[in-house]
Amino acid sequence: MELFACLHCDLLQEVPPLAEGESAFCLRCGAKLLNNRPRSFERPLALLCAAAILFVIFNAFPLLTFKKGGLEQTAHVATGIRELARQGMFPLAALVSFTLVFVPALYLLSLLYVLVPASQNRTAPGMFFVFRWVRLLAPWQMAEIFLLGVLVSLNKLSAMARIEPGVALYALAAFLLVTAAAASLLDPQEVWRLWKKPA
Amino acid sequence: MEETGLRAPLPTTASEAGLVACEVCLLLSPRGRARCPRCGSRLHPRKPDSIPRTWALLIAALILYLPANLLPMTTVVTLGRAQSDTILSGVIYFIQTGSWPIAVVIFIASILVPLLKIAVLACLLVSVQRGSSFRPVDRTRLYRVTELVGRWSMLDIFVVTVLVAVVNLGAIATIQAGPAAPFFAAVVVITMFAAMSFDPRLIWDRCSGEKRDE
Repeated sequence: MELFACLHCDLLQEVPPLAEGESAFCLRCGAKLLNNRPRSFERPLALLCAAAILFVIFNAFPLLTFKKGGLEQTAHVATGIRELARQGMFPLAALVSFTLVFVPALYLLSLLYVLVPASQNRTAPGMFFVFRWVRLLAPWQMAEIFLLGVLVSLNKLSAMARIEPGVALYALAAFLLVTAAAASLLDPQEVWRLWKKPA
Repeated sequence: MEETGLRAPLPTTASEAGLVACEVCLLLSPRGRARCPRCGSRLHPRKPDSIPRTWALLIAALILYLPANLLPMTTVVTLGRAQSDTILSGVIYFIQTGSWPIAVVIFIASILVPLLKIAVLACLLVSVQRGSSFRPVDRTRLYRVTELVGRWSMLDIFVVTVLVAVVNLGAIATIQAGPAAPFFAAVVVITMFAAMSFDPRLIWDRCSGEKRDE
């Protein structure tokens, strides 16, 4: 039995050891307290390596190609950020690069930094500090919202010209599936449990 | 996924027991500690200045919501002709061209969600300040939904980013981000911070004593 307090209503409650795949919910307000996931580190680690490759493809390859008459123009993710900056929308360009490039990259790297040693039951220096930032950055990575944005724009642009999806768009869709699977298979408490109370 | 039967032998809260839960790693520490010994997060029994901070952010978001909706979000320039669109006229464009599912998505994400989010958080704040004991479970649930849904309002910012990137053919056709875009992005970011600064445990502090064990 381990003691936990619900972050949404502060109720203290004892949680018995969970079986694989079980979740614990707060008795009073119903918030999810804990998730226990089978083989918690190996599967997310494998998925995150795939995600890292897909993330590079997402950034390096064309997202959409605009075709009208003899005209053809290819846009990358970076094209949008550069265009916003060129039009003087610097805070906007910064926000888009933060939520779409910087945070996901940092998120992937820090998770790998934590999970590689964790999967061998070891700890790395500053590992718990890094994992804390992984948790704090999570709401600021917005690749899934960007995908919806691309689909909406496709609809709007199809009235103007022929738009062909590029490799980066497929990479983005795969990246989302893989990272969502990794997040749902990871049990953060297993990382925290590696911490030893200083004597 | 199965639910486990949990038991709360002592129906007390962490703060009644003199403990503080880390908001990131859930470790319980005795009250008075400044930082979580495990992950280094600052420890507070409740989020600091939750009510005034959330009010300040909500009021700022409400003010910025006006230019975000009244000014043009995009300007399409084709062969010298310029046409500006606000968020609402963009929604109307999608209805007129028959893509009403997309019109609904944009209306919900860009107009309804930010406004509802501000309204819901304001109601939660008022209920906490009045010490209400009205349906705390539902109010906590409402908070959780509000916190989860808010980020999706970034949708319109990303649509603008894609349009600006793709339609960039010099004199023939260009799309420019309009003055509403930074205001709108600010509304989304500020309401996200507002939801983070609200502490749902305040809902339960005001109605402790009654209905503790169900």
